[in-house]
Amino acid sequence: MAYATRALDSFAALGDPTRRAIFERLAARPAAVGELARGLPVSRPAVSQHLGVLKAAGLVAETPAGARRIYRIDPRGIGAMRDWLDAHWAAALGAFQDFADGEGKEEETPACAPQRTPE
Amino acid sequence: MRSATDAGMSIAPIVRSVEVKAPPARAVELFATRMADWWTRGRTIAPNPHVAIVLEPRPGGRWFERDAEGAETHWGKVLAWEPPSRLLLAWQIDAGWRYDPGFATELEITFAPTATGGTTVTLEHRDLERFGTDAARHAEQLGGGWPGFLAEFARLADTDS
Repeated sequence: MAYATRALDSFAALGDPTRRAIFERLAARPAAVGELARGLPVSRPAVSQHLGVLKAAGLVAETPAGARRIYRIDPRGIGAMRDWLDAHWAAALGAFQDFADGEGKEEETPACAPQRTPE
Repeated sequence: MRSATDAGMSIAPIVRSVEVKAPPARAVELFATRMADWWTRGRTIAPNPHVAIVLEPRPGGRWFERDAEGAETHWGKVLAWEPPSRLLLAWQIDAGWRYDPGFATELEITFAPTATGGTTVTLEHRDLERFGTDAARHAEQLGGGWPGFLAEFARLADTDS
């Protein structure tokens, strides 16, 4: 589940428009903080902060280049998104199976109670 | 919309299946018309929990969730409606976890009878490379390139599966 949690972070991290813009720029070309800040309507410290979130989510990686740090896309973060979707569908089908089998034999006591939330 | 991904780069689809005791006609009915009852609350994209998940039963039908306030959040649409054997849906939630009408991946759910009267329900989520293409589309608008990333994305996603 560590992978799934991390991929969920990836989705959440890209939910912010500025982070998405930063991610897309890095997808086009690796860049340092200064270059990124010049093309965006946010301050350099704000860009650094967003990069920190993207890095924590496994979406970007940094490499030192002299005094600067060059940021680039970390494709492992995207692979994790697929894993997350895989886990998502496994859970969804499992929930469906529990529900369908519960509905199918309501006259008996289901061994595995259906996942129903009373309204 | 032919793109770099059509030139051979693709990501393995997600394929999952479960067996249920109900026959196909009943299984597909429960799947499609009772989605709000079996889909885990809180695992949807809207900010508030769903009270309904609607799959309009026809090609071109909408697929959306509705919260207690009546706000609707779209997920995608119906591409093919063929009970009791198959549903083909467009999953239009992008890599940023938002509904995007210009984005679509395919979700095919098939219902096959088992020897014991039950149903094998198989779900296939495909065209996953479009999650990358979608991001590439935005990158292109910004004047950048993408192929290296897409290739890497495809390679890693394939080795993960």
